[in-house]
Amino acid sequence: MNAKAELSWVPVCDLDDLLTNVGVCAKVSDRQVAIFKVAEGDSFNLYAIDNHDPFSNANVLSRGIVGDLKGHNVVASPIYKQHFCLETGKCLEDDIEIPVYKVRENAGKVEVFLGS
Amino acid sequence: MSKQKLVVIGNGMVGQKFLEQFAGKEQAASFQITTFCEEPRAAYDRVHLSEYFTGKTAEDLSLVPEGFFESTSIDIRLGDKAVAIDRKNKEVKSAKGDIISYDKLVLATGSYPFVPPIPGKDRPECLVYRTIEDLEAIKATATKSRVGVVVGGGLLGLEAAKALKDLGLETHVVEFAPRLMAVQIDEGGGKMLRTKIEELGVQVHTGKNTQEIVDGDECTLRMNFADGSHLDTDLILFSAGIRPQDELARQAELAMGERGGIVINNYCQTSDEDIFAVGECALWNNRIFGLVAPGYQMSQVAADAISGEFSSEFKGADMSTKLKLMGVDVASIGDAHGMTKGAQSYIYTDEHNQVYKKIVVSEDGKYLLGAVLVGEAEEYGTLLQMMLNNIELPEFPDALILPQRGGSAAPAMGVDKLPDTAQICSCNNVSKGDLCCAIQGGITELGDLKSATKAATSCGGCTALVGQVLNAELEKLGIEVKKDLCEHFPYSRQELYHLVRVEGIRSFEELIAKHGKGKGCDICKPTTASILASCWNEHIIEPALAGLQDTNDYFMANMQKDGTYSVVPRVPGGEITPDGLIAIGQIGKKYDLYTKITGGQRIDLFGAKVHELPLIWKELIDAGFESGHAYGKSMRTVKSCVGSTWCRYGVQDSVGMAILVEKRYRGIRSPHKLKLAVSGCTRECAEAQSKDVGVIATEKGWNLYLCGNGGMKPRHADLFASDLDDTTLIKYIDRFLMFYIKTADRLQRTSVWMDNLEGGLDYLRDVVINDSLGIGEELEAQMNHLVDTYQCEWKTTVEDPEKMKRFRHFVNSDETDSNVVFVKERGQIRPAREDEKRIDTVAV
Repeated sequence: MNAKAELSWVPVCDLDDLLTNVGVCAKVSDRQVAIFKVAEGDSFNLYAIDNHDPFSNANVLSRGIVGDLKGHNVVASPIYKQHFCLETGKCLEDDIEIPVYKVRENAGKVEVFLGS
Repeated sequence: MSKQKLVVIGNGMVGQKFLEQFAGKEQAASFQITTFCEEPRAAYDRVHLSEYFTGKTAEDLSLVPEGFFESTSIDIRLGDKAVAIDRKNKEVKSAKGDIISYDKLVLATGSYPFVPPIPGKDRPECLVYRTIEDLEAIKATATKSRVGVVVGGGLLGLEAAKALKDLGLETHVVEFAPRLMAVQIDEGGGKMLRTKIEELGVQVHTGKNTQEIVDGDECTLRMNFADGSHLDTDLILFSAGIRPQDELARQAELAMGERGGIVINNYCQTSDEDIFAVGECALWNNRIFGLVAPGYQMSQVAADAISGEFSSEFKGADMSTKLKLMGVDVASIGDAHGMTKGAQSYIYTDEHNQVYKKIVVSEDGKYLLGAVLVGEAEEYGTLLQMMLNNIELPEFPDALILPQRGGSAAPAMGVDKLPDTAQICSCNNVSKGDLCCAIQGGITELGDLKSATKAATSCGGCTALVGQVLNAELEKLGIEVKKDLCEHFPYSRQELYHLVRVEGIRSFEELIAKHGKGKGCDICKPTTASILASCWNEHIIEPALAGLQDTNDYFMANMQKDGTYSVVPRVPGGEITPDGLIAIGQIGKKYDLYTKITGGQRIDLFGAKVHELPLIWKELIDAGFESGHAYGKSMRTVKSCVGSTWCRYGVQDSVGMAILVEKRYRGIRSPHKLKLAVSGCTRECAEAQSKDVGVIATEKGWNLYLCGNGGMKPRHADLFASDLDDTTLIKYIDRFLMFYIKTADRLQRTSVWMDNLEGGLDYLRDVVINDSLGIGEELEAQMNHLVDTYQCEWKTTVEDPEKMKRFRHFVNSDETDSNVVFVKERGQIRPAREDEKRIDTVAV
C-alpha cells in the first residue's frame, strides 16, 4: 500500500485552505512537504518543496516568506534566511539542493505526487 | 639601549591629546613616559564642563580611552603636582617628593582663571569655574544660595551663567566692557545676544566695574560698582579670562612673555631645546591660544618634534569659533570687527526672529575677511572655509547671509573649490583630503565617514560640510548611492513610508503595482508590513498582510533554532503581581516550557510548538496578560527601577512613569526594535542611558536621553533635554519616535539614524523641541492614532476562529513535528542536539 501511495497523487487539503503567498506544511506519507500558492498576475501557481531546512535542520520552510529574486520564485528560510528556488529546490546562496515535489489542483483539492 | 625618558607635566585636554598622538607613533616604543596630573582624575572634557550640572558625571566627561594608560605603559601620577624643574640635572620634582629625570620634557600646564584684585574676592562664596572640583564647590554653595553672579561676559562667563541657571539660581552676568563677548563679536551681535540671553532669564549688566565685595543686605554679599550702583548676591563666580599657568617655567628661567606665557618656536620648543610647551601655557608669536583646537595642533607638532621627525610646524591658528550658549547659536569668524584696512560689511538683522548676521569683506569685495552670526549659525562652515581658503565671493556677497525664500537658494560655495589641505574639522584636525581618502576607500555613509575619520565627532560644527564633501566626492567618483530597498523597489524605506502615507496605500499589492516590480521578497515584504502598521495599525495577520510577515510576526512568537517558539507576555515597567507570577508559572509548567528572565524585566517561555501558541495565549489572556511584542521590530519594554515609592534615594515614581510610557507605546512597529527605561534617580539602576529612550528622574522632573543601545556596538544615549514635566516628556518622546519611524532606514537603530542626520543631536533638538520643520503637531497626531488604535494582537487572534486555524504544524494532520525533541537540563527542557536525537530514536 505504501508503494502504491508514493506512486500516485495524494490529496492533502482544500485549495481554500491555502492563503495566497503563504505556505503550509502537509504530511505526505512520512515526508513533510511545504506547499505554496504563489500569485501570478490574476492567477496563481502551486509549488511543493521539502519542509526541511538543511541549514538549521529544522522543519520550517513552509513558514518562510515567498517572493522572487533574480527571476526565480523563492522562499526564504525563516531561520537563517537562505533562499530556495521553488521550481528546482536549489539554494541561491550555497551549492545545496532540496527535494521538490509535483503538486496540482484537482477539483478544489491540492494534490501532491511524491514519485519522480 | 635604554629607553629615553619623556615627562609630560599636566594631563588636561591638550596634555592627554599629546600622549595619544605620541603613543600612536612607532618611536613611542623607545620612550619611557611619565605624566603628572595635579587633579585627582585624568583628563576630562572642559569644553562641555557645564553638562556636569545637567546629568553628566565625571566619568562621562573623561577623555581617556579605556585602558589607555595600561596599554601604553604610561606612568600617570594622579594628584601629584610637579613643583620644580632642575634643568641642569634634567629632573622634575613633585609635590610628593618624587624626582623623575627626563630627556625630553613637555609642559602642558594650561591656564588658571584670572580673578581681578577686588577687595573681598577671597570670601568663601567667591568661586571660579575651571575644574570638576570647582563645580562641586559651586554646587555646594548654590544649595545655600538664591542669587548668583558671574563676573565676565565672555565665552566662558556665559557658559558659567548657564551652569548657575541650571542650578536654579537667579542669575546675573556682570561685564566690564560695554557688551557681551566683546572679543569675538561686534556691537550688533552683542546686542542681539544680550536680548536672547535676557529672555532666558539671565540679567545682564554691562559697563560695570566692580570696586569691592562687602557684606550684603538682602543676600550674603554685595558688589559695589564704580558708577555707584550695587548688586546683592549669594555667590560670585569669576570668569574674567584666563592666565597661562607658567610658574614652573618661570622658576626654571625659561624665556617668558612680558605678560606671562612660555615662549615657544614653531616646533613648540621653549628656550631650552629639550623642553616643549603646548596649549594655553604656551606663547607663540606673542599670542596665547585659549581654544582647544590650536592646543591640539601644538601637541601634534610637539609629538612630531620629540619623535625626531620635526615634520610639522605650528604657524598660528584661526580663532574662529562656533558655539551654543544657553541654546543660542553664536559664531565668530576671522576679522569679526572689520579692523582690516578698507574692509566693508554687510549686515542682516531680524529682530522678530532674533537673528543677527554680518560678513566683513575685503576692500575690493572679492574675499571674505570675517563674520559674526548670532541666533542662527548654519552658514558657519561655509563662511569659515571661504575665508580660510581665500575663495572668491559670489557676485552678491550679501546672498550668503540673507534668508533663502521662494526657492532662491544661497549661492553654494561648492566644496569642489576647497583644496585637499583645507581643514574641515578643526577639533580633530581632519582635512578635506583625509575625508576624500576615506571615501575613496569605500565609505558611502555619513555615519561611517564620521567614525572612520573622527570628523564632526567633537563639537559637530562641521557636520553639514562633511556631508557636502561626501556627496561631492561620491558624485566625482561616479558612485551613485543607491538607497534602493531591494530589487523590487527603487526607493529607500523613508521614501516608501512617504508614498504609503501620502497615497493612502493599504496593501503590499497596491504598493508594488504602483511603485515596484516583481513579486517582492523577504526584505521588502516585512518592511512594507512595518510601514503599513506604523501608518494604519491594522492587525498584522489580516489575510492581506499575513504573507508579508516574518515568521515571528506571523505566529506572534519568537522562532528558535529548532522551529519551536518562545512566548513573552507584556509586564509593563517590570511590575508584576504574585498572582501574575503564579499564573505564568502554572502555564509554563502545564506546557512544559523552559522559563528564563529577560533583560527587559519580563519572563520568556521557550519550547512552545505552533499548535500550542493559541492555547498558551488563551490562558495568559485569561490571567490578565497581553502580547509583549517581543517578536516584532517594535517597542519592546520599558525597564524601570523601583523609584521613590520604595527606594530611599528615588526622587520620582519611575515605575509609574515606566508603566505609563510602556502602555502608551506598546505594540508600535518601527524600523528596528525599540527599548526604553526609566530610572528614579541619578544612580540610574534601570540603565536608561543604554536605551533608545532613557528617562532619568531629577528633583524637578525628568531628564530625557536619546539614541543609546546595547548589543554589538554599545552606545550611551545623549542627554536631550532636562527637568521636563510629564506632559512635555511624553510630547518629546512622541515626536522623537514618530520622526524616527518616518525617516529611518530598515533595521537602522536610533543611534545610527541620528549619526546620519546632518546636524545630529542639535538638529534633532531643533525638530523635536523647536519644531523647526513645523511637523510637531502632525507627529503627535500620528502617534496618537497609533495609541488609540492599539489592540492586543493575541486577544484578537484567539477570538477569531479563522486566524486560529493557522496554528498547526500540518495542514492535513493533527500530528506534531517529530523532529522537535527535548532533553532535560538543570531541571528544564532544552532542544536535543543531533547526536542526542539519534540516541533517542534508537532507544525508542
